[in-house]
Amino acid sequence: MESLLNTSSTMLFTAFILYLVATFIFSFTIKDKNKERKRTEFAGKLAITLTIIGFLSQLIYFITRWMASGHAPVSNMFEFVTFLGMCLVLAFIIIYFIYKLNVLGLFALPIAMIFIAYASIFPTEIAPLVPSLKSHWLYIHVTTVALGSGILFISFVAGLIYLIHGIDQSVRSARTISLEIVLYIIFLIIGFIVISSVFGAMHYNASFEYQSNGKTLQSEYHLPPIAAPHDGKLLTEDAMKPWFEVPTWMHGADAGKKFNTVIWSFLTGTVLYALVRLLCRKRIGAAIQPLLKNVKPDLVDEINYRSVAIGFPVFTLGGLIFASIWAQEAWGRFWGWDPKEVWALVTWFFYAAYLHLRLSRGWHGEKSAWLAVAGFGIILFNLIVVNLVLAGLHSYA
Amino acid sequence: MNHIKCECGHVNPEGTVLCEACGKPIAENQHIDGNDKKKLLNMRYEGSARRSTTYNKTIIDKIWNFFSSVKVGVWLIVLALIASGIGTIFPQEQYIPSDAISRDPQIFYPETYGIFGKIFYQLGFHNLYSSWWYLILIALIGVSLVVCSLDRFVPLYKALKRQKPKRHETFINRQRFYSETDHVSSEDLNTVKERLLQQRYKITEEDGHIVAEKGRFSRWGPYVNHIGLIIILIAALLRITPFMYLNEYLWVREGEVKVVPGTDGEYYIENKEFVLDTYAEDDERFKDAIAKQGRVIPSNFQTNAIIYQAEDQEVIGAETKLNKITDDEISMNHPVKFGGYTLYQQGYQLNEFSKMTFKIYEMNDPDADVLGEFTVDLFNPKTEYKLDNGFKVEVTEYYPDYIITEDGISSKTKDSNNPAFVFKLFPPNSEESEISFVGNVLGAVEGLGIDPTVVELQPMGNVIGSFAPSVDPTGENNYRILIDSIDFDRKSGLSVKRDRTLPLFIIGALIFMIGVVQGMYWQHRRIWIHPKKQGILLAGHTNKNWFGLKKDIEKAIENTPIQMVKDQNNE
Repeated sequence: MESLLNTSSTMLFTAFILYLVATFIFSFTIKDKNKERKRTEFAGKLAITLTIIGFLSQLIYFITRWMASGHAPVSNMFEFVTFLGMCLVLAFIIIYFIYKLNVLGLFALPIAMIFIAYASIFPTEIAPLVPSLKSHWLYIHVTTVALGSGILFISFVAGLIYLIHGIDQSVRSARTISLEIVLYIIFLIIGFIVISSVFGAMHYNASFEYQSNGKTLQSEYHLPPIAAPHDGKLLTEDAMKPWFEVPTWMHGADAGKKFNTVIWSFLTGTVLYALVRLLCRKRIGAAIQPLLKNVKPDLVDEINYRSVAIGFPVFTLGGLIFASIWAQEAWGRFWGWDPKEVWALVTWFFYAAYLHLRLSRGWHGEKSAWLAVAGFGIILFNLIVVNLVLAGLHSYA
Repeated sequence: MNHIKCECGHVNPEGTVLCEACGKPIAENQHIDGNDKKKLLNMRYEGSARRSTTYNKTIIDKIWNFFSSVKVGVWLIVLALIASGIGTIFPQEQYIPSDAISRDPQIFYPETYGIFGKIFYQLGFHNLYSSWWYLILIALIGVSLVVCSLDRFVPLYKALKRQKPKRHETFINRQRFYSETDHVSSEDLNTVKERLLQQRYKITEEDGHIVAEKGRFSRWGPYVNHIGLIIILIAALLRITPFMYLNEYLWVREGEVKVVPGTDGEYYIENKEFVLDTYAEDDERFKDAIAKQGRVIPSNFQTNAIIYQAEDQEVIGAETKLNKITDDEISMNHPVKFGGYTLYQQGYQLNEFSKMTFKIYEMNDPDADVLGEFTVDLFNPKTEYKLDNGFKVEVTEYYPDYIITEDGISSKTKDSNNPAFVFKLFPPNSEESEISFVGNVLGAVEGLGIDPTVVELQPMGNVIGSFAPSVDPTGENNYRILIDSIDFDRKSGLSVKRDRTLPLFIIGALIFMIGVVQGMYWQHRRIWIHPKKQGILLAGHTNKNWFGLKKDIEKAIENTPIQMVKDQNNE
């Protein structure tokens, strides 16, 4: 058992490293094509091979963890987000073999790595299944949803490439600012991962006692408390004194702790962004743009659309149909307007609107790219905000 | 109706943009699809005559045209999307947590979320998904689906059926993929045809004009999936009626036989035993996670039940005869089905108080001599208990589910989940009485660190009561009343459902999936070969995946003198 779990986490780490190396090698493929065509082709092949090996080691992680826990490892935030990263890589591999576009890997793999790193912030112990999750539909429903989302993520990757390549960076405009905001948000997520890992490695802990709904609760902070719970009392002696208390209306369980984490993520993410921006001396979008000068925007737009066309049916099947069947089996109602269900419907509405908009001529190209970015935002909202803030039946983290 | 005769001889209905047979643009209608301003032809609906683009006079035309617009459809989708999202800002009324300040929405929203909660409640967003305007929005989407589909499907179907291999030259050279080759031998043409056949194209020829076509059925995908969605919407509409959809809830105690609500007295359930299993704290696999959560985690809960069917009563008032029809374990993800009804395990209560025995002592009596004893049946409490030795106890207040809040003491529910009493005690032969408060055993249990939702209290029934407070509010009492023993019940919460709309939903979902896969995973590709003098014109069209079509053409013309098509979109 122990050894299985060890193998499992080693394989996940290996996959992460392989994705990192593959990204690095993909970066060699986007240079000037005419001079070094052979070398570029070789680099592309090497990179995709490494990606596939990385995917296989993550698959071994998945299987061994399944063997160790006795249930499909998609039952908590760590397991699910890791799996989502894996599905993104799988979707990338599939799309790669259709279009053979190297630059896709340069963006898809780092995003998959961000997913895996983000997942590792959550508790990684094997957790027992509560009765409602004990069903074959757990892995049927969750794996299909994750695969569908993974394919839809590729449309975001293509959209992002399209925007960085196409937006005129010579003057500041609403478009350059919007693109910068998207990139800045990615920095915030990285900021969250970095700061949580740093203090996590130090085993930082500060406990607060506070009142919620007439009950006395405790909150364990794993980041130094800038914001304390409302009316919270610091129990840990040598911890940093909080700077302020969160307002009254933030009084859900752990509301202070969550808000504190948000503050830290903003601080760290902003510092990282500012550093990179200082180094580049221009907008991040403008700094990446020259690397993408060989990109064919039509092809990238086509990939954007194709991944929605392929991902949408898979997402519908997993996120709405299988979900309904399981809900009927477990609770006797296939649809109950639980926040997670509603946001799956919102996602579905969104991509339905996207597909209909593609029928009219004006919505190809840049507008589609923005839509793909927005769609990614909605899926992430459902994954992060709905699970952690709008608690419902699915808040298993 | 004015028909339009094309120079190829085909008679087209009014409003046609491109001749159904040869594709020649019909001059006066080019503005409809915007072809007059573009080099390339708009091939979206084959230039067929749609009602919405042809007529715009009567009020019916206007309504039809409104709903047949994709733009309107997208707007409706976006509105539904935003509305759905808004409903999740705060929980819907049905999801107000059981430990909330109050389950009354009028109190819950403002108290919990302040001014925003108040607005949320006053706008009716706490029941957003059953509000009239949300339902109208969804119904409008339904109308849009039907109108859009009919408007396009019929003319598109006809246009594709009537198309001919021999196309007009302007149709060919205004396609996105197009090339001209001056000299092509018939051997080369045969090779190309051969290769197209190998790629599973269907080839039709007419006077040397060739059309190679595959995947036409994918054009019907959108209409098929819209039919699926309409079936789902109809099913949702039917579900409002109790005949189609029944939803009841029932609590049944261990050992109890109860009629299943909603079955008109036809079915009965007996709860033989209720079982709750939890994960062992030293479970090798899960011990870390359990320790981190710091509480007992249930692994399974189930009702071992017998279902009976009542025999038709011949004599009114005679005892109902029950025939056992099934014997099953009902648990999460394992409901039991009988006679069209389904019973789902939903909740449970391990420690429902059924009986409480109290003893009366003299205040500060070191020997603890019992002066009197009485037992309260909590499902049926009396207002007065007369004891053998002359004591009389009056129940002035009974809180079956005691809770104390800023507004004082109240009962959260009507169930005896945590009883508390205000007693008036009359000593023998006395008109004077004294007041005692006894109860809130659960508060004491939780104070001991026991989680009553997963730990059974029955084994502690004889001792646990002594931890509960007995309060003397005046400080002048001569006697005190203490809880001696408690009997607990285990009860199982089951929901009863009968949903006759399920088959309709399943059919709708299935048709939707078939349609969406059909439309998304296949493409309708066509390649035209148009002879001109010694050479040919080559054109290609697909409704999606131009990359794939390009590869097909490349494969077909490889090693022939035929020019590869150019993407005229880029020019």
